[in-house]
Amino acid sequence: MDLITPEFGLVFWTLIMFMILLFILRKFAWKPILGAVSEREEGIKKALTAADEARREMENLQADNERILNEARAERESMLKDARDMKAKMIADAKEEAQVQANKMIEQAQAAIESEKKAAMTELKNHVAGLSMEIAEKIVGAELSTDKKQLELVDEMLKETTLN
Amino acid sequence: MTITGIAAIGAGLAAIGAGMGIGRIGGSAMEAMARQPEMHGKIQSSALILAAFVEAVALFGVVVAFLQG
Amino acid sequence: MRINTFRNLLLITTFLVIGNFGFASSDKESGDDAEFDPKEMILHHVKDAYGMHLFDWDGHPISIPLPVITYTDNGFTVFSSSEFHHDYSGEVIVEKNGQKFANVHEKVYVLNEGETEVTYDAEHHPTNAKRPIDISITRNVFMMMVSVVVLLLIFLSASRRYKNSKDNVPSGIASFVEPLVLFVRDEIGRPMIGEEKYKKYMPYLLTIFFFIWINNIFGLIPILNGANLSGNIAFTFTLAVLTFIITNVSGNKNYWKHIFWMPGVPVPMKIFLMPIEIIGVFVKPISLMIRLFANITAGHVIILALMSLIFVFKTIAIAPVSVGFALFITVIEIIVTAIQAYIFTILSALYFGMATEEAHH
Repeated sequence: MDLITPEFGLVFWTLIMFMILLFILRKFAWKPILGAVSEREEGIKKALTAADEARREMENLQADNERILNEARAERESMLKDARDMKAKMIADAKEEAQVQANKMIEQAQAAIESEKKAAMTELKNHVAGLSMEIAEKIVGAELSTDKKQLELVDEMLKETTLN
Repeated sequence: MTITGIAAIGAGLAAIGAGMGIGRIGGSAMEAMARQPEMHGKIQSSALILAAFVEAVALFGVVVAFLQG
Repeated sequence: MRINTFRNLLLITTFLVIGNFGFASSDKESGDDAEFDPKEMILHHVKDAYGMHLFDWDGHPISIPLPVITYTDNGFTVFSSSEFHHDYSGEVIVEKNGQKFANVHEKVYVLNEGETEVTYDAEHHPTNAKRPIDISITRNVFMMMVSVVVLLLIFLSASRRYKNSKDNVPSGIASFVEPLVLFVRDEIGRPMIGEEKYKKYMPYLLTIFFFIWINNIFGLIPILNGANLSGNIAFTFTLAVLTFIITNVSGNKNYWKHIFWMPGVPVPMKIFLMPIEIIGVFVKPISLMIRLFANITAGHVIILALMSLIFVFKTIAIAPVSVGFALFITVIEIIVTAIQAYIFTILSALYFGMATEEAHH
């Protein structure tokens, strides 16, 4: 029974000591310690948020870079394509022109050949005619020794040549 | 048998009851912790609180024994 | 690292256990002719005392004398406990301030007018003496003062560390203290009371946790002769009453409604529950009080009982068994010191949380 009866003296001292302890520690220990801890926790939280934000910004920046790079690449691509097209066109144009030129030259050549041929033919004709005339003269000199015969021949020839 | 002896038997009986109670709490807590290791801390603290409640009953018995002793 | 810690723990506990021989043996010597009475020895050590008995040297007890302070009709009387000459059987009478004082089983009695010797009834209660109002610095009060000084030293120097560091980084003693403080805040205060209101109760919870813990630890140190402060009902009673007062002062409408008119149950049940809840209001702090007292006292009793086995059997052969068991119990007691402080604090926090909980039906 003795063991479980609270002694007044000890209750009194416990109360006083506990109150002193509570008062002093609350003011000079718990407040600074808890304050420092929560301040630090706030700081860490803030730092984490800041880091998160920075990372997001970085990601945005990276995305931007990517986009710009892509755009540049596309542009280069299109420029290359244009150049290639132009080259092809130029080659085609040149080819065409050359073709036209060649055709023209061939035509001219053909025309020249034709005219040369004609000229040659005429010359040949003339030459042949001269020759024939000479031959004819010689033959005729012998044949046409009389006037009669001459006249007969002229008539015959006239008849033949009027058709020409 | 003196009154002190009877009180001692009473304290012993109280200890048996509390022992069974705390044993069940401990066993179930262990099982729960094995099943959900991630809840380890929560289960442990609530098991301790429950054990304290069960123990209080046994301690009432012990105090009655003290009263007689 | 872990093995080292374990070895240190074992060394310390062995020291604690061997130290316990000291006070077991001292009693044996003081009653050489009488039969060794383990019950008397144990109760003597579990209870409070006026002097701080350290050890016996050459048959003479060495102790720190502490002041005895009493208040009677004649006013305050203060004298040193050494004037009783280590007597607690009421034989030595000290005359002070026109009154005669006697120490009967570590309780000071004032002899009635004209008496010169204490007389007892059949149950060994003094018949011709009264208890004065006694606010002596007993060994428990002395150890409590020591613990208060130690706590102040630890925590004030810890908080100074924070003040001196620029970025609130703990160093030195603060890095030892901070995890414990954070434990009380994050494992006890926050989950039990709730995020919004826990801050108001933190100083009380922290103070009570460390106050109980350090006194539990001091109770295990044998050279202090096991000043069993936290195993003393007066100490636990005071703390439980403080928890009771804070709970009921901070109780809101919802709390009282749950006690007197439980919502959500039929009317006959409300009437039936009301007395149960009202009893519960008082049982909660009583169970807090009994739990801490009985746990710590039981630990001391068991260790001392194991030690007294040696003197009961009067042989040294039993010593290894005694020491082995006592070592085991002491290791458990070291854990119990922390667990009981934790449980007292967490249950206080739970009651505060129940008292301040908002209605959510």
